[in-house]
Amino acid sequence: MVLQQQEIRRHTIAILVDNEAGVLARVIGLFSGRGYNIESLTVAEVDPREQLSRITIVTSGTLMVIEQIKAQLGRLVPVHKVSDLTIEGPSVSRELALVKVAGIGEKRVESLRIADIFRARAVDSTNDSFVFEIVGATDKLDAFIHLMEPLGLVDVSRTGVVAIARGPNPI
Amino acid sequence: MSTETMTGAELVLKALVDQGVEVIFGYPGGAVLPLYDELFKQNRLRHILVRHEQAAVHAAEGYARSTGKVGVVLVTSGPGATNAVTGLLDALCDSVPLVCLTGQVPTHLIGNDAFQEADTTGITRPCTKHNYLVKDVAQVARVVHEAFYVARTGRPGPVVVDLPKDVLVGKGEYVGPAKVKHKSYRPQIKGDLKAIEEAVALIAEAKRPIFYVGGGVVNSGPAACQLLNQFVKMTGFPCTQTLMGLGSFPGSDPLSLGMLGMHGTYEANLAMHGCDVMICVGARFDDRVTGRLNAFSPNSRKIHIDIDPSSINKNVVVDIPIVGDIAYVLEDMIKVWKARQIHVDGKALRAWWAQIEQWRTKDCLHYTQGGKIIKPQYAIQRLYEKTRDRDTYITTEVGQHQMWAAQFYKFETPGRWLTSGGLGTMGYGLPSAMGVQIAHPDSLVIDIAGEASIQMNIQEMATLAQYRLPVKVFILNNQYMGMVRQWQELLHGGRYSESYSGSLPDFVKLADAFGAVGLRAETVADLDGVIDQMIAIDRPVIVDCCVDSAENCFPMIPSGAAHNEMLLGPKDETDNAVSEDGMILV
Ligand SMILES: Cc1cc2nc3c(=O)[nH]c(=O)nc-3n(C[C@H](O)[C@H](O)[C@H](O)COP(=O)(O)OP(=O)(O)OC[C@H]3O[C@@H](n4cnc5c(N)ncnc54)[C@H](O)[C@@H]3O)c2cc1C
Ligand SMILES: Cc1ncc(C[n+]2csc(CCOP(=O)(O)OP(=O)(O)O)c2C)c(N)n1
Ligand SMILES: [Mg+2]
Repeated sequence: MVLQQQEIRRHTIAILVDNEAGVLARVIGLFSGRGYNIESLTVAEVDPREQLSRITIVTSGTLMVIEQIKAQLGRLVPVHKVSDLTIEGPSVSRELALVKVAGIGEKRVESLRIADIFRARAVDSTNDSFVFEIVGATDKLDAFIHLMEPLGLVDVSRTGVVAIARGPNPI
Repeated sequence: MSTETMTGAELVLKALVDQGVEVIFGYPGGAVLPLYDELFKQNRLRHILVRHEQAAVHAAEGYARSTGKVGVVLVTSGPGATNAVTGLLDALCDSVPLVCLTGQVPTHLIGNDAFQEADTTGITRPCTKHNYLVKDVAQVARVVHEAFYVARTGRPGPVVVDLPKDVLVGKGEYVGPAKVKHKSYRPQIKGDLKAIEEAVALIAEAKRPIFYVGGGVVNSGPAACQLLNQFVKMTGFPCTQTLMGLGSFPGSDPLSLGMLGMHGTYEANLAMHGCDVMICVGARFDDRVTGRLNAFSPNSRKIHIDIDPSSINKNVVVDIPIVGDIAYVLEDMIKVWKARQIHVDGKALRAWWAQIEQWRTKDCLHYTQGGKIIKPQYAIQRLYEKTRDRDTYITTEVGQHQMWAAQFYKFETPGRWLTSGGLGTMGYGLPSAMGVQIAHPDSLVIDIAGEASIQMNIQEMATLAQYRLPVKVFILNNQYMGMVRQWQELLHGGRYSESYSGSLPDFVKLADAFGAVGLRAETVADLDGVIDQMIAIDRPVIVDCCVDSAENCFPMIPSGAAHNEMLLGPKDETDNAVSEDGMILV
């Protein structure tokens, strides 16, 4: 059985929930209570009329654990839909980061040059600092932040992953 | 009527009445006074005043499990709600449908550390199937109806409705149950027909099959038990039950192998170990049942019917999962079976039964009743013989006495056996028996207890007196927390750390103090007479049945061992019965 494979993989899971008090606590409590890890979590209302929010969670585990996580999420009463974007066909995922770099002279120039290569935009600038906005897949953001380290990286804020399936169908 | 405005408290009670509620188990306090005031003014809902909120929840569990209805609890804010928590988790673990109404401080004080404020929804979130904090009186009726729907559908469980005091006194409109539809919660009832067909095909070619059935069959209801019966008889396969599944299949039927698992029978566990096709119906591969997972039934293909997808492939990977309600799935299975005119492999099955009969000759529940001291197994056996033909309900506390009751009392129908399986809550039995007796006033309701467990909710004897509930408490008094003592004997070199039941009350006098009748059986000669007397007395009774304090519960699969590594009796108790890995398990 594939379920028995022991390899630990990262999965991106999208969850459509009623936007009601406590729903995020239910989801987070499920992960902490059952010892699953959360690598990233994002949440926002996506359908104001139906009052639905969408939660995107990146987690990792063996296939059996991931299946269990999905089943546990599915049995929460306010959950409408659980979708494993990692295995249910192709999907797009993005993350946004704001990256603050402080410095002058050669380092400052170098940071701008690298930002250009990564298509990061400067959204704030002073004489001795930049705030870059960068959008992309998680590893692209990781790489960018890594390169900024020697150039005066002082602060990072990341959104966590949002993801959606490719093609015409909704979740 | 529907546009009439009522107070929140009136709305709650009307919603309860419209949900068919007849009885509430509760305890008052400041935050729920408006509800108690409404209760005072009406006579459609009966309120049973318990002596501790935990007992209110267990009583509602007993009521629910023995009737198939949703049990209802009412407690106040703060300590009332926190006292109820153990009961709520107990109901969650054993899938019992409950609605628990909790009082809350007024909305404007929430978060202010107000008097008797507790974050009840926060505290009970992991202990309930779902919970609500109602902040607007306009939502009261809808939420109460939703709570009942969630509690009883799918895998049943407890639901908390937290009601701030201002919501109870504010005014709002009523909506009836028919107008309330939950936005998202729709459990899957019908099983996937393709999977059912595959399962039937697998069952048809089985050579060493076994039915492993659990509490889900009881949850599904009498129809499911009936269908299970029919299907097992059609196939002629052996059928073993979990602790929670006892009674879903007749215990005295020759096809029944009794309970499986840690204290299950030799034949049930070896048949599970050696089977080639396992049909799991409403059971959840609990660790008390599977033993060491990597040695669990290594050569079988497994079918699993369960309404909760998270029960499937949780501990054990199965070959054919079927998500759905057991009654519906079994009905379809039987249809397919009949349509295909399937015949089982009679020759293989006869050989399999011959093997099982050979295991049965081990007589694994054997004990020797010599001398005057009552063996606990003998006490249960006598109790069984004297009550089996009556309209009897049995509840238990937790410990050795619970396991002996499971081994020696045979249940022919569902809903007659009530025990705390998943959480193993000492103190469950007495209040639960109380709830059963409320629902079945003319039945014989017996709590098989241990002298330690019974003290955890002994205050409920007063409730029995107040409502004239003739519950019988049958204490197997071994003067030890016997189950703890047994593990200390097996695992910790016989160092009986804090497991002696010191300073026991005189249970006969205690009964008297509570307006009940106290009886004592000290020797084998006393036993039958005391049981007869207990049955004959139409009042609450406590029987102090003094039993052998050294007796251990066998068979036993030690923690971390496999089904075929069972200890059958004291002779098997070697120092290395429990592996180092097993030491850390509970
Ligand atoms: C001291 C002690 C010792 C114990 N020793 C043993 C032992 O030796 N053997 C043993 O068996 N147990 C033992 N237990 C009990 C054990 O801990 C578990 O509670 C028990 O095994 C679980 O039973 P179950 O698998 O039938 O599941 P339950 O807890 O009854 O769960 C029912 C399952 O059925 C499903 N279900 C519910 N309703 C439906 C429906 N309508 N349709 C389909 N599926 C449904 C649920 O989703 C769930 O998966 C012991 C407990 C204690 C306290
Ligand atoms: C509330 C609670 N506390 C502790 C335990 C752990 N425990 C399990 S069995 C047991 C001993 C029960 O003793 P008794 O009621 O005398 O039953 P016996 O085993 O002697 O039959 C204990 C302490 C428990 N199950 N529940
Ligand atoms: Mg005891």
